[in-house]
Amino acid sequence: MIEFEGVWAAYRARDVLVDINLRIDPGERVAIIGPNGAGKSSLLRAMNGTLRPRVGTVRLGGDALARLDRQAIARRLSVVPQAPALPFAARVEEVVGLGRLPHEDPFRGQRAADRAAVSAAIERVGIGALAGRDVRELSLGERQLVLIAMALAQAAPVTVLDEPTVHLDLRHQVETMALLVDLNERDGTTVVAVLHDLGLAGHFFPRLILIDKGAVVADGPPDDVLADERIQLVYGVDPAFVRRSVPLAAV
Amino acid sequence: MATRAEAGRIRLATAGRLDRARSRPGLLFGVGLAALVVTLVLGVGFGTVAIAPGDTLAILAHRLLGLDLGSHWSVATETIVFELRLPRVLSAMVVGVGLSVAGATFQGLLRNPLADPYVLGTASGAALGAAIGILIPIRIALFEFGIVQVFAFAGALLAVGVVYRLSRTSSLAPLTGLLLTGYAVGSLLAAGLALTMYVSGSNLRQIFFFLLGGFDGSSWLQLAGTAPLILGGSLLIMLRAGALNGFLLGEETASNLGVDVRRERVILLGLGSLVTAAAVSVAGLVGFVGLVVPHLVRLVVGPNARRVLPLSAVLGASLMVAADLVARMLGEIPVGVVTAVIGAPFFLILLRQTRSAYEL
Repeated sequence: MIEFEGVWAAYRARDVLVDINLRIDPGERVAIIGPNGAGKSSLLRAMNGTLRPRVGTVRLGGDALARLDRQAIARRLSVVPQAPALPFAARVEEVVGLGRLPHEDPFRGQRAADRAAVSAAIERVGIGALAGRDVRELSLGERQLVLIAMALAQAAPVTVLDEPTVHLDLRHQVETMALLVDLNERDGTTVVAVLHDLGLAGHFFPRLILIDKGAVVADGPPDDVLADERIQLVYGVDPAFVRRSVPLAAV
Repeated sequence: MATRAEAGRIRLATAGRLDRARSRPGLLFGVGLAALVVTLVLGVGFGTVAIAPGDTLAILAHRLLGLDLGSHWSVATETIVFELRLPRVLSAMVVGVGLSVAGATFQGLLRNPLADPYVLGTASGAALGAAIGILIPIRIALFEFGIVQVFAFAGALLAVGVVYRLSRTSSLAPLTGLLLTGYAVGSLLAAGLALTMYVSGSNLRQIFFFLLGGFDGSSWLQLAGTAPLILGGSLLIMLRAGALNGFLLGEETASNLGVDVRRERVILLGLGSLVTAAAVSVAGLVGFVGLVVPHLVRLVVGPNARRVLPLSAVLGASLMVAADLVARMLGEIPVGVVTAVIGAPFFLILLRQTRSAYEL
C-alpha cells in the first residue's frame, strides 16, 4: 500500500509536487498521466524515496519512507528504470541478477535461491531465449523486457515503471502493457506506471491519476479522467485526438 | 587468407572458451595465483646475480615455511633473495593489487570504462601531496609511514573529489566530462607539482626520485607500513562488491536496488583514494595498470564486481612484477615507462571502441 499525506516536494525553489493526497491499495493497477513537466516522474521518485517531500509523509506498506533504509524500500518496491546507460558489456542474466541486490548475502553474493529467482523472472517475462546474450545487442523492446525482469527478480510487492513504452513500436507497446496486466492479475503485483500514451493508459489501466502542475487533477476510471473538457483544459488540445484511441477502454 | 566464415568460427570458438572460463571463476582465480607464484620466483631469481628457480623456492620454503628441501646455498644468495629481491617483488605485487583494485573501483563507481587512478588525477593529487609532504621538515614516521603518506592521501582524495564533483555538473556527456575534467584538474596539479619542485631547493632530488617511481628502494620496513593499507583497503572494497554492482545502471537505479548511494560513494571513493595514495607512496607514478587490468578481467568474467575485484588483484600483482622485471632487464629504467608503453596504446584502443554510453 502506498499513501501520500499532504505531500509537497521541490527541486530547489520550484515546487514539483503540490499537496498530493492519494492512496494506492495492494493489487491495484494505476497509470499516472499528465503533460510534460507536470510532475509524473517526481511523483514516482517521491514513491521510491529518491525525492524527499518538503512537507507531508509518504508511506509504503504502512511505514513512513523516511524511516526505512534503502534496502528495506528496495524489498517493498521495485523500479523499472527508463533506458539507463550501461558502461560495460553485460549479459541478460547479469542485468536481471542486479534485482537480487536487496536480498543477496552481502559477503557471499548470490546463493541458489537468488539464482532461482533470476531464472524464474527471466522465464516469467518470456526472455529465456535471450539468456547469455549481451544486452547491448538486443532490440529496444527486448531490453525493456530485461529491465522488467530485473524488477521482478527484486520480488517486491509493488513495481513502478517510468514511461515503459516510450521508445517502443506499437506491437511492443501492447505486449509490454499485456505483460504488466498479467503480472498484476496473476501474481497480484501492484503496478504503477507513468504513461504518455493516453490510449494505452485508458485501455490497460482501470485507474488513472491525472497530474498537472504538480497537483492531482483527476483520479478514477478512464472514462471519468479522460473526459473531453479535462483533456482540453490540461493538454490544451482538441479532445478528438485522444478520443480516437480511447474507445478501446470501452472494449 | 582466412575467409569470413573461418573468422566467424574462430570467433565463436573463442567465445566458447570464454564462456567456459566465465562459468569457472574459481579456476581462473587458481590460474591467477599460479601465475603469481611463477612471477614471484622469476622476479626473485632474475638480476645481476642469477639465482636458479630451485634455489629461490628452497630459500623461500626454508625462510617462510621452515621446510628443508635439501639444497644448499650461500649466505650471500640468501641475503640477496631475502633482503633485496623479495621485498622488491612483494612491493610490486602489493602495488599491482592496489592500483588494479582502485582502478576497478573507480570504473565501477563512476560507470566509466576509462576511469583509473591516473586519468582521474587521483595519482597526480597524491604525488603533489607527497611532494609537499617531503618539503615539510617534520618527520613523524612509523614504519616509514608519516607525513608524506598522509599528504599523499589528502591529495588523492581532494583530486578525485574535485574531478567527480565538477564532471557531474558539466553539461557534457558523462564520459567526455569526466575525461576533460580529469585532464584539467590533472594539469593544474602538475603545475602545482612543478611549482613545488621549483621551490624545493635541496629536496628536489628526493621529490624527483619519489616521482620517478619504481621498486629499487623497497624494503621490509616500507612494505610493513604500506602493505596493510593497500591490502586492507582492497579487502574492504571487495567486501562492498555488492554495492559496487548496484552502480552498473547508474546512481538512481543503485538507490532503487537498495544501495545507500551517498554512503557507498563516499566509502568507495575514500578507500580507492587511500589505496592509490599508498601505492603512489611506494612506487611513485606508475600509470595504466589500474586501467588495463580490470578491463582484461571484465572481458573474461563479465561486469560482476565480486569476480572482477579479486581477479584484478591477482592479475595486477603478476603484471606489476612482470613490468618491474622488464624494467630491470632493460637496465633499471623506471617501471612507469614500461607500464606506459604497454598501457597507452591499450587506452587509445579502448577509447576508439567505447561509445559514450550504451543505452539499455
